[in-house]
Amino acid sequence: MDFLRPASWEEALAAKAEHPTAVPIAGGTDVMVEINFDHRRPEYLLDLNRIGDLSEWEVGEKTVRLGASVSYTKIMENLRTELPGLALASHTVASPQIRNRGGVGGNLGTASPAGDAHPALLSSGCEVEVESVRGVRMIPIDDFYVGVKRNAMEPDELIRAVHLPKADGPQQFSKVGTRNAMVIAVCAFGIALHPETRTVRTGIGSAAPTPVRAREAEDFLTAALEEGGFWESGAPIPPSVAKQFAQLASGACNPIDDVRGSAKYRRHAVGIMARRTLGWTWESYRGNERSAQCA
Amino acid sequence: MRVNFTVNGREQQADDVWEGESLLYVLRERMGLPGSKNACEQGECGSCTVRLDGVPVCSCLVAAGQVEGRDVVTVEGLADYAKQRAEHGGCGTGACGTSLDAAKQWEARPADSQTGEGTQLSPIQQAFIDAGAVQCGFCTPGLLVAADELLERNSEPSDADIREALSGNLCRCTGYEKILDAVRLAAAREGEAV
Repeated sequence: MDFLRPASWEEALAAKAEHPTAVPIAGGTDVMVEINFDHRRPEYLLDLNRIGDLSEWEVGEKTVRLGASVSYTKIMENLRTELPGLALASHTVASPQIRNRGGVGGNLGTASPAGDAHPALLSSGCEVEVESVRGVRMIPIDDFYVGVKRNAMEPDELIRAVHLPKADGPQQFSKVGTRNAMVIAVCAFGIALHPETRTVRTGIGSAAPTPVRAREAEDFLTAALEEGGFWESGAPIPPSVAKQFAQLASGACNPIDDVRGSAKYRRHAVGIMARRTLGWTWESYRGNERSAQCA
Repeated sequence: MRVNFTVNGREQQADDVWEGESLLYVLRERMGLPGSKNACEQGECGSCTVRLDGVPVCSCLVAAGQVEGRDVVTVEGLADYAKQRAEHGGCGTGACGTSLDAAKQWEARPADSQTGEGTQLSPIQQAFIDAGAVQCGFCTPGLLVAADELLERNSEPSDADIREALSGNLCRCTGYEKILDAVRLAAAREGEAV
């Protein structure tokens, strides 16, 4: 095994071009487990810790450019306002020690359906900035996950950053596990209300071969909110609409039975989380609408 | 490969390090510092917790090559680290810290209440002993490093803060209550001392 330590992004790209099989390592919270357990013996490890700008973020007018190695701890501490869904999801990642090391780039690189960031990334509608010596590509998150632990990247590409729209409305995240800390999600659900475009986006984790959106549920809810004039009135969502949304979210799952839970349970739980998170975000939206009207 | 890094405030060098090796392995097997414990090797248990540039991390998940030029504090250096912090707000001179030999031989010899003899422990170490938070002791080093870091940034933690900060450290003996007592005790003593 060789340990490559590029001092700059350009050096890292050159190294990845020369050794496409090199395994990038940043927080190490996935890669080192595989090495410790002898599940993987990469020919090259490509250490990204020396590249400072991967751990930085920029808050722009419309978007946040989040470096691939910004730790979950930093996201929780610094980006709760701009990226509430991702901050909530970050808080459920493993433990403080893991959150201090792990970042969104690793979740995307591993592309496990159980990665905690995915539902928030999907519901935000972000883009992933990947680069190789051949150039930069912006991959829409909807096109990023292509199979179980497979993503849309080429072997010579590295993840540099994620560009997330700043929240224009309430966002929520919910995850089922046996305890609060140190759990891999049995299943998870993320939702983002987008009042500016009057749309709703969702993300489901651990309930299909890849992280997925509940598109039919989104379309149904977006139409129901529009037709009922809910965005203007801020009226409560009728239980029948919430129920239908939950059923459609449940239907978007394509889960398996495994040690963490059964397929049947996952479908059920995703429906429950969809209904609850919709309730939480809508109450928050209504609260804001009401206080805006009172002012 | 060779890795140069700072361990407990002193420059150290590890040779013949395998590229896939963890920081934990380097500390235990190459530096002779077995305080950080090796248990799950997947970041679940927290028994290998050290400070990397001040940040608590699982040393089993840090590749040895990643610590080149960086600063590591292990449980063996915790007493000196806490002392420096209390006296000078940290080590400014680079001359403090714990030598490798001292760290290798480090033992918890709490001050005897009768004679006053013994090693100076960090407040969190003394509190663990006084509160009976140590049983088999395997999880203790990781918990000490994590709890010390909590008290460093939050001198009056709530119970929820303590639970959150220690949520990555497993203990199979104590049921955690005595550990929570110990952190509360250390915080209370620090509060009195100020």
